[in-house]
Order: sequence, then C-alpha cells, then structure tokens
Amino acid sequence: MNVAVTLDEIRPDTLPSASEAGPAPKRIVVAYGFWIFLLSDIVMFSALFAAYAVLVRATAGGPTGAQLFNQGSVAIQTACLLASSYTCGLMSLAVNERRRDATYLFAVVTFALGAMFLALELREFAGMIAIGATPQRSAFLSAFFTLVGCHGLHVTAGLVWLTVMMTQVAVKGFRPNVQRRLLCFALFWHALDIVWVWLFTVVYLMGVHP
Amino acid sequence: MNLLGKLTWSAIPFDQPIVMGASGGVILGIAFVLGWVLLKGYVPYLWREWITSVDHKRIGVMYLVLAMLMLLRGFSDAIMMRTQQAVAAGGAQGYLPPEHYDQIFSAHGTIMIFFVAMPMVIGLMNFVVPLQLGIRDVAFPTLNSVSLWLTASGILLTNLSLAIGEFARTGWVAYPPLSELDFSPGVGVDYYLWSLQISGIGTLLTGINFVTTILKTRAPGMGYMRMPVFCWTALAANLMIVAVFPVLTATLAMLLLDRYLGFHFFSVDAGGNPMMYVNLFWVWGHPEVYILALPAYGIFSEVAATFSGKPLFGYRSMVAATMAICILSLTVWLHHFFTMGASANVNAVFGMASMIIGVPTGVKIFNWMFTMYGGRVRFSVPILWTIGFMVTFVFGGLTGVLLALPPVDWQVHNSLFLVAHFHHVIIPSVVFGVFAAYDYWFPKAFGFKLDERWGRPAFWCWFIGFHLAFMPLYVVGLMGMTRRLQHYDVLSWQPWLLVAEAGAVVILAGIVCQIVQLVVSIRGREALRDVTGDPWNGRTLEWSTASPPPAWNFAVLPRVATLDAYWSAKQRAQTAQAEPAQARAYAPIEVPKNSPIGFVNAFFAVVTGFALIWHIWWMAAVGLTGAFAALLVFAFRDQEEVEIPALQIAQFEARHQAEVTP
Repeated sequence: MNVAVTLDEIRPDTLPSASEAGPAPKRIVVAYGFWIFLLSDIVMFSALFAAYAVLVRATAGGPTGAQLFNQGSVAIQTACLLASSYTCGLMSLAVNERRRDATYLFAVVTFALGAMFLALELREFAGMIAIGATPQRSAFLSAFFTLVGCHGLHVTAGLVWLTVMMTQVAVKGFRPNVQRRLLCFALFWHALDIVWVWLFTVVYLMGVHP
Repeated sequence: MNLLGKLTWSAIPFDQPIVMGASGGVILGIAFVLGWVLLKGYVPYLWREWITSVDHKRIGVMYLVLAMLMLLRGFSDAIMMRTQQAVAAGGAQGYLPPEHYDQIFSAHGTIMIFFVAMPMVIGLMNFVVPLQLGIRDVAFPTLNSVSLWLTASGILLTNLSLAIGEFARTGWVAYPPLSELDFSPGVGVDYYLWSLQISGIGTLLTGINFVTTILKTRAPGMGYMRMPVFCWTALAANLMIVAVFPVLTATLAMLLLDRYLGFHFFSVDAGGNPMMYVNLFWVWGHPEVYILALPAYGIFSEVAATFSGKPLFGYRSMVAATMAICILSLTVWLHHFFTMGASANVNAVFGMASMIIGVPTGVKIFNWMFTMYGGRVRFSVPILWTIGFMVTFVFGGLTGVLLALPPVDWQVHNSLFLVAHFHHVIIPSVVFGVFAAYDYWFPKAFGFKLDERWGRPAFWCWFIGFHLAFMPLYVVGLMGMTRRLQHYDVLSWQPWLLVAEAGAVVILAGIVCQIVQLVVSIRGREALRDVTGDPWNGRTLEWSTASPPPAWNFAVLPRVATLDAYWSAKQRAQTAQAEPAQARAYAPIEVPKNSPIGFVNAFFAVVTGFALIWHIWWMAAVGLTGAFAALLVFAFRDQEEVEIPALQIAQFEARHQAEVTP
C-alpha cells in the first residue's frame, strides 16, 4: 500500500511547539554541534583535572607547586587571555557588521594576546625544566605539564585556526560558511577562557596554599 | 639514526606458522578482492558512489560491512581460544604458545568491542535514524564520512599487527603497570593505543553528529514524544558517547605519555597511580556497555511492535527507562573492581547503584512482553532473534545482579564466571539485536528480503551454540578457573571446556548459515524483491519511502502528527478510501556534495599511527602535515552542495508509484 502522499497533508497550523518546528536553520545546527564538541572537550579536560587532583601530592620528593609557581607571570597570562576573549568578542561584532578592516584589526590583537599568553607559558615551562622540574621527575609534574600543556595546545590550535580564518575572509569574503566558522572559532576561544579560569584556580591559586 | 625507527625484518613473525598462515590468508584474500575490483573496472564506481559518499545510508552500509568482516576475525580468535582450552589440560600444552595466546585474547576483546559491536551499532544508527526522523541526512554529512574512515583506520592498524610486529598481551583493558614500557616493551600495546585513539576520534565525531541530528533536525511535527524508540535509544547512546569517549581519549593519552616520554601517571614509581587508570578506564567502560546495548533495545522495540502488529506497549515508560539507564550507567563504574580495596561503604554504594540499573531494564523486558501479548505475532526471523534475546538476556542480567553484590564478586572476580556473565549480556543484546536489525532493515537498504530458509537455522545455531558455549563457563568459573589461562592442571574442568568448544562449533555453523543466506538471497533477489518499500507492514517513516531509498530519502519532508507516523498515515488512507495519487510539483533538492576528505584523512591517520607505533618520527610528521593540508584544501572548496533537479525527483516518484500501485 502506498500512502506517502498523505503524510504531508497535516496543515502547518497544527504545529504547536518549537520541538515540532522541523529542521533548524544551518547556522543553528552548526553552532549547536560545535557546543556539543566543546562540552566533549571540557569532559576531556575534566579527566585531566581529575588526574591532577589525584596526583597533586605525589611529588616523589621533588618540588611542589608552591615552590615552582610564579603567580606574577601567571597573572599576566590570565590578563592576556581574558583580554583576548574581549577582543575576540569585538571581532565577532565586526564580522556581524561585515566590516573587514575592523575584523582584521581585532583578529590581530586577539592573535597577539594569545601568542603572548603562549610565550609566557613556554617561558614558565622552560624555567621549570631548567631546574630539573621535568614531567619525568614526579607524577605531580607529569599531571601538571599534561593539564596545562593540553590547554596550551588548544590555544596554539586556536591561533592556527584564526590565521586560516583570516585568510578565508581575505580570499572568500563573509560567505555564510565563513561566518559560521568564525562563530565556532569565537565559541572555541571563549571556552578556552573557561578552562583557564578553572586551571588558574585549581593549579595556581590552590597550588601555592598547601 | 635509523630511518625506519624500530621496524626491522624481525618484526615479521616468520618463525610462527599459525600467524604466518593467517596473515598470508588475509593478504591473499585482500589481493584477490583488489584484483577482482581492478580487473572488472569497479574502481571509479566504488570511488564515486561509496568511498567518497557522504550519504548516511551508504556510510551505514559500509560500517556494517566492516563490522561483519571483523566479526569473522574476532570469532576466529574466539574459536582458537576455545580449542586451546579444550585440549591444554594437565600436561598438554595445546597448540598455542603463551605469548601468542595472550595476543589472541587481547585482540578478541579489543576487536569485538571496538571494531565489531561499535561499528555495527553506529552503522545501524547511520542507516536508520535519518530515515526514521523523516529527514534527508545527518546534521554533518561530511563529518560522518570522516568518522567512518577513522574507524576503518583503527581497524586497519589493529589488523596490521597480525603481520607486522605483535598485538598487546595485556588483555583488552591494558591495565598498567603491565601495559607500561617496563613490562610490555614491544609494540603490541602501542598498536592497541593508537588504533583506539584514532578510531575513538571517529566515534566521538559520530556522537556529536547524531546528538545534533536528533535534537535539531527532526521532520516538522516530530516532537520528542513522537520519535521512534530506536531514535530515543540512539540519542541516549550518542549522549553517552559525547560524555565518556573523551575520558577514554584522555586516559589512553596519559598511558601514551608514560610509554613514549617517561611520564609517571600510572607507573609504580615516582608517585604514579595504576589504579587511577582502572578508574578512568571504567568511567568510559561501563557507559560503553550501554552505548552498545541501548540501540539494541531500540531495535527490539521496533521489531516487537512491527511483528506483533501493535503499538509498542508503554512508549513513555520505555523512553523514561532509556534515559534513566543513560544517566545511571555513569554511576556504577567501580563494580568492575570491587577488589581494588575501596572501603566497604564505597563498594556498597556502587553495588546498589548497579542493582538499581536492573529496574529500568526490567521495565523494558515487561514492555516487550506486553507488546507481544494479545498481538498477532508473525514469527519472521527478526522476532526470533528478539524472543531469543529476551529469554537469554534475563538470565544474563540475573548473574549480573549476583556480581553486583561485593561479597559474591570477591569470590568469582577474574574467573570464567565473569567471562560467562558479560558474554551472556552482550551477545544476546548487541549481537542478536544487530542480527534482528540486519534481517529487518536489509530489504530497506537493498530492495529485497533475506531468505528465511537460511535465517531460521542461523538463529537456532546461534541460540543453541551460545548456551552450549557459555553455560559451562559459569560452572568452571565457580570451580575456580580464572580467565585468560593458556593451560591448566585441573582435569575436572576439561569436560566443561569440551562442551564449550562444541558450542563454539555450533555458533560457527550459525555463521556459515548467515553467509549462505546472504549468497542465496543475492542470487535469488528477483524472487525476494520488495517493490512497496514496506515489506513488514511497518510503523515508522523509513517504510514510507522507496527501497532502496533515493539519495534524497523523501521527495517532500513528511509532516508528523502522531507516534508511529507511517502507521497512522496508512490508517487514515484506509478510512479515506484512497483517493488517486494526484500529480504534484516537486522542488529541487540540495544534497551535500561527495568528498574524498574522509578517505584522504584516514590515509594520513594510518600513516601517522603506523609511524608512531614504530617510532618513525619523520613519517609521523609527514602524516600529520598531510592530514592538515588535506583539511585546508577541504576548507577552501567552493561548492558544498549539489542540486538534484525537480524533474529527476518527479520521474523517480512516478516510477515508484507505478511499481507500488499495480
């Protein structure tokens, strides 16, 4: 029996709620999917946080966080990252208004702040390794380098992504798919801030008060 | 500086005739298939229509083909182990040396969970979910192709370990410190880790894709309480994938850092904590059980309703039970290691949580029974698998309740009792479920039914063989036989293991029946042809379109007003005395363009994975750069969709109408 024709004979006015409105527009679908990805990424970080919490006292006679962490440097890092989130927001506004010059300007500032953050982080790592506080020294340091380094890798990936996106804006202009990707980038960049706030609290603030 | 890292000719086990025979056979088989494809000139067709396809139906079929092939591999491992344990009693050492036997049980578990059960379930979700939701594809079709090919990469790497190097000897869970470099210096654990990391990324992307698809792109009118139960179970499974696969990724990454860079996450020195691995592993591992089982429950729900000719009993309670299991499954992981030495109170909490999961599962069993009660049940092959599942699974579940009691668990922990239990729940639910789905949805995918004359004996062989193979393991488990024994001295175990061996042979007969069934059905496909698109008098939207469905699935997106949308549409048509199908105007449809990015990306993933396993650092850099470059090229493409002209759709629909109405 074939009755496919009758399936769509219900009039649209019988559709009461949002859950029955049919497929969402592409922009919503893409951003929603990216939110789900970010949640999964945060779950991954939570596993690393859990490992850090388990191993934070396992210093095996090596240096502790209180001996290693330099809060001054970390404060500047935090300021850089939070400021870059603000300029990233300004970039999103410029994208919405399709203003190319402002987009480039805020992208460059965001990139510079992110790069500054990374440079300070690498300097911190290099300093620790120089005094023998390597990830191989103790389980605590393994967990520290992995957790903080994983965030740093995310920031690096963000910088590469930002560069690619600016090339796309230059070559292709504000096409719908470029705009959707810029929206996802902004979500990603803000999510890195959220992770950093936790990192800053759990690793650096709690770490210096034993 | 060695250009090939740790890779030398000694990596190929020339001195082991069994391994060389097996890998030689596999290589010959692959060469034969490749040669046949090349000679017949099928390469352009395969490239155009399958390898680069982003159509969810094609991707689903490819997942299932992969899974069925790997089932043969995993089953070969199983029957080799059964044979070894059947003969290696007392002074006899059997035919498998310990280092080979250890690889076999590790490969069996890894392959069956990651490369059989997962691609089976994901393949079915791919094929069925968009059709049941009344839409044209998943939310991110190209990402879907990437997922498929990353899974295939993991499978390829695992199978490469057969011929080049070795596989892990640690069991499929790879607990440290055994899996650390000090105790497993070979490449086996690295094969395990990189295969799972690569395929795990594919699985995570699938999870993201399907959560978005189900929550954001359903057909107009399909509110949550009108979704077919299979879609609900798929939603639950994919939510769990998103929630726990990142934990597996992080855990395996920590073990990789230990092995490659000398970190101390799970080592026994410098403050490392091996039990943390076990905790993190099962935080992923227990939900994984339900990621596999819940979609199978969805299949049984569809089959029970369709073949009983009744709506599913207690739809709302079924949805509630599904979501309850989804959440509860995250709270029981510790019952996998009650003997770790946590306090009695901790064990008690996790024991109770484990028993509570039995409650929603029991709700489901009753719902299926009441669905069949009072229905006019047609005993086709899918419902045989369903009934076989219900009977078997209840007992498997009961031994699970036993194991959830910490004092009992202390007695039978690590014994064959446990092995019998988890096979007793996973095989009836996941394997029987997927076989039910295979017979049930095969006509939708290919336009002809599978031959029942071979489907029935296949079921009976599996059903009887399963009980013969696993019931004796409960007995020897209670007699004290621990798992993973290459040989044993207690002669009173041997008769039971001989029975288990006989069971494995009966299951083999079932597999042979299934292969014959497929061949016979393809050869006799004209007699088994279904032109209606609705061979079982189905209830959900996938049966409202042609079989096989066109690339666009539905010429016009259906509007849904009820649960079991297609069933109620058929009822309405009967009461309305079927007015003649009016000629109608179709709008052109945009479908996503095919893309080789999934395949290319997977190629570089295999290169990278292989290079990292063998410490060939330049090759790893080449692989990663290649993958990134491919992604860049993809990101800069101009055309993302192709338009199917309205005329083509109208012609297809007219042809389908003509076939349906004689």
